[in-house]
Amino acid sequence: MKHVQSRVSRVIAVLTAGTLAMLPLAGTAAAQQQVHQQQPAQPKVLRVALTTGIDHLNPFTASLAASTQVGRFIYEFLTIPSADKAEASPALAESWTTSPDKLTWTFKVRQNAKWTDGQPVTAKDAAFTFNRMLSDETARTANGNYVANFQSVTAPDAGTLVIKTKAVQSSMDLLDVPIVPEHVWAPIKDLNDPKTDDLSVIGVSDGPYQLTEYKQNEYLKFKANKDYWRGAPKVDELQLLIFKDVESAVNALKQGEVDVINRLTPTQFDALQGQPNIATNKAPGRRYNEINLNFGVENNQNQPIGNGNPVLKDLRLRKAIAQAIDPKTIVDKVMGGYGQLGGGVIPPIYSAYHWDPPANEAMKFDIAAANTALDQAGYVKGQDGIRVAPGGARLELRLTGHANRPFDQRTAQYVSGWLHDIGISVKQELVSDEELNDRTNAGNYDLAISGYATNPDPDYALALHTCAGRPNAEGKGATTDTFFCDPQYDALYAKQLTETDPATRAGYVKQAQARLYSQAVNVVLDYDNSLEAYRSDKFSSFEKQPQPDGSILEQTGYWGVYGAVPAGSEAAAGDSGGSNTVLWIVIGVVVVVVLVGGGVLIGRRGKSADDRE
Amino acid sequence: MSQAFTSGQASALVDPDQRRGGTGTLRFILTKVAEAAASIVLVIVLGFFLFRLLPGDPVAFMVRERPTDPHQIAELRQQLGIDKPVLAQFGNYFVGLFRGDFGTSYIERRPVIDMIGERLWPTVLLVGSATVLAIALGLWLGIRAAWKRDSFFDRAQTGIALTLWSVPQFWLGLLLLVVTNGVFPSRGMHSPDAGPGFFAQGLDVLHHLVLPCVTLLAVFYAQYMLVMRSSLLGEMNADYLTTARAKGLREDMVRRHHAVPNALLPTVTLVFMQFGMVVSGAVTVEAVFSWPGLGQLTYDALHGPDLPVLQGVFVVLAGAVVLMNMLAELLYRVLDPRVRTA
Repeated sequence: MKHVQSRVSRVIAVLTAGTLAMLPLAGTAAAQQQVHQQQPAQPKVLRVALTTGIDHLNPFTASLAASTQVGRFIYEFLTIPSADKAEASPALAESWTTSPDKLTWTFKVRQNAKWTDGQPVTAKDAAFTFNRMLSDETARTANGNYVANFQSVTAPDAGTLVIKTKAVQSSMDLLDVPIVPEHVWAPIKDLNDPKTDDLSVIGVSDGPYQLTEYKQNEYLKFKANKDYWRGAPKVDELQLLIFKDVESAVNALKQGEVDVINRLTPTQFDALQGQPNIATNKAPGRRYNEINLNFGVENNQNQPIGNGNPVLKDLRLRKAIAQAIDPKTIVDKVMGGYGQLGGGVIPPIYSAYHWDPPANEAMKFDIAAANTALDQAGYVKGQDGIRVAPGGARLELRLTGHANRPFDQRTAQYVSGWLHDIGISVKQELVSDEELNDRTNAGNYDLAISGYATNPDPDYALALHTCAGRPNAEGKGATTDTFFCDPQYDALYAKQLTETDPATRAGYVKQAQARLYSQAVNVVLDYDNSLEAYRSDKFSSFEKQPQPDGSILEQTGYWGVYGAVPAGSEAAAGDSGGSNTVLWIVIGVVVVVVLVGGGVLIGRRGKSADDRE
Repeated sequence: MSQAFTSGQASALVDPDQRRGGTGTLRFILTKVAEAAASIVLVIVLGFFLFRLLPGDPVAFMVRERPTDPHQIAELRQQLGIDKPVLAQFGNYFVGLFRGDFGTSYIERRPVIDMIGERLWPTVLLVGSATVLAIALGLWLGIRAAWKRDSFFDRAQTGIALTLWSVPQFWLGLLLLVVTNGVFPSRGMHSPDAGPGFFAQGLDVLHHLVLPCVTLLAVFYAQYMLVMRSSLLGEMNADYLTTARAKGLREDMVRRHHAVPNALLPTVTLVFMQFGMVVSGAVTVEAVFSWPGLGQLTYDALHGPDLPVLQGVFVVLAGAVVLMNMLAELLYRVLDPRVRTA
């Protein structure tokens, strides 16, 4: 046994020696760090926790929300949604005019903007960007719908951009297309080439920040663009740190590892309130939650698809269902109060286009009235309390939703209860996201919990309910939300699309929402609040959109990160995340040595008598 | 696991080739290699068609909540090559594999082989280091627990191991994050603030490695400990130990030179099987610590679904398991003289 002891002693000796050998290194590193900290001009760093994925950064093809957001930080657009109202405001284009026939748009491009490599930004760059999208199929991947209707794009001089469209297009003052430098992108023949993600390409930009480092799946690092035409941001460096788990990100905020976080759940948001040095921000969001009713959906060839229960073709039944669902309870109990009551499909954040049903048309929550309506419509209650349709079919409906989303789980419970109260039995079928997509695309549902994020331009939210939005016979080829197809709605949709007078257009947009509402093909439950939190000890304020109560990160613009104001040079100074590395590793090794040594000692003390020599 | 192995060996015992000495060994090796190759081909074929049964439409995932018109969607399908018949897609895929081309990711638009390459190293580093430490700790504790069976040490160690083994990895990870209170970084493998140079970068990675590695270690070591303990217990009443003691050998000599080597055999199998799984990563721990490994890649790819990535990962993972199984079988023949001379 002695030689075992001596071996253990040797191991401990080696480990201890190793640890001691590293201590001077730790000392040096700590000293270096101290010197580093004493330097007066520490860069001010804004660290943002990113909890959604980035596919890649090529602005022509990048589709995921976080990737397009990066595009907003580094590239300027012709116009962008304003900070105060999220309405079209000047960016690269100082001003714009339309011809009397509304088919020709002339943008005056500002002359004081520069690319980060020093070259001037001109109208020719914008013309190149749009023409590349017109001539190259791959360039249309991300934002092709904005140019689908373009006839020609020219730049008669460095300060003028002229776009001619085939038909009137109301979204012309908010083209959500980042403008790229021609001298960098023109030589790139294949836009699918992974090299388009290299810093030599996406590092040349003209937005408030310039990308300086991109470690895929880990982080992105930007420096403030000192030559930005609006003026340099107040922070020197922006970091987007990728978190796969929101709980870990929340923990990182508490521990000061990140400065801002969004997409919090109501529970996380509540837990962060009142925490020292943390401020929370509850803002109106741009997403709506709803329940879709399968009213007998059809594909774009007008052929019935899916296996929806045919009883839902009856508008009276759909209205009774809508009346038996209480959005207020969903907002209060499921959303923890962090949502706004639902109406039309465009949320109140876009106030110009938002529509709420007038009191006399609203399907107000009223179980008794819904029961009466069903009685009158001939839906007779059976022995078990479940109604039978006039044709003899029992009112048994399936309700599908996301299995992994607490909102869907709890909403399904409430809705099942309410519908049971009006004599409808509900079978909950909560499934994976992919399965849910397949089911809803193929029309294989009766009731489905769904929802979409909307844009400042109302076109997208409305297009989700047009006849053309419906999929083809294979269940593919378009994006519909409700499968709605109604000539009256489509006519209103077409009118708003070609109307360039803002007030008149808003009128059509609201009428379209009213028409959709009247057919009870969906029940908009609520508009999510965007729940965010930030380190108030490091940042005193951010520019919100819309003002004064908007969001910091979930914006259609760069205002939040551009308008971030550090709370004071000392607190906001970037305390390097990896600065204590050496010290902590050494401490870790010491702890391990102590533990292992302790374990060995305990092991030896615990020996039974017959094991001793 | 050890049982399956034993029955596999039982059939090897009656293999007539085994009795022919040198040629038999060569033949045995060739057979095992051929079996492994056949398994990998089967994996490629199965992987391709099985993933096509997955629900979800990659294009629908890519365009969701983005203004897109039907024409754009059709173009996207064509770009991704998913407008072609499945058999044609399979043909392209199979031919591509032999040129080392695993296809291009639908979502990231990059070669799958590059993406797997980038993610393989972090996973091997994390799961590999946790596995090596878990083996060392597990075997050490397992041997001591068995040798002192029914003692307080044995009962305490078995209890701790069983508890940690049944704790959900993500929960333990989050707990460690909270308890360590920012001492170790909570995400990723690199810090944007790490200085330049190999030394600084290396230390930075080590710093990030601590928490995920400890989490995995805590969960992993139990199985090695329990297997080692039970197989050593199985040997402890064997006659040859009595003989060894009768020869006057010291107790620790009996343990280290007689009991442990024999009890190690089932553990070796377990170790090799686990090494095959090293590349598959630990999805939940990688998620909690945002560790950029293969587990995360697979999880993200499932959401598209990003079929080329899933297929590529499947082939690499299955290949690693097949290879390690083959090595385990070959090594077992070297380690256990009874198999060779039978």
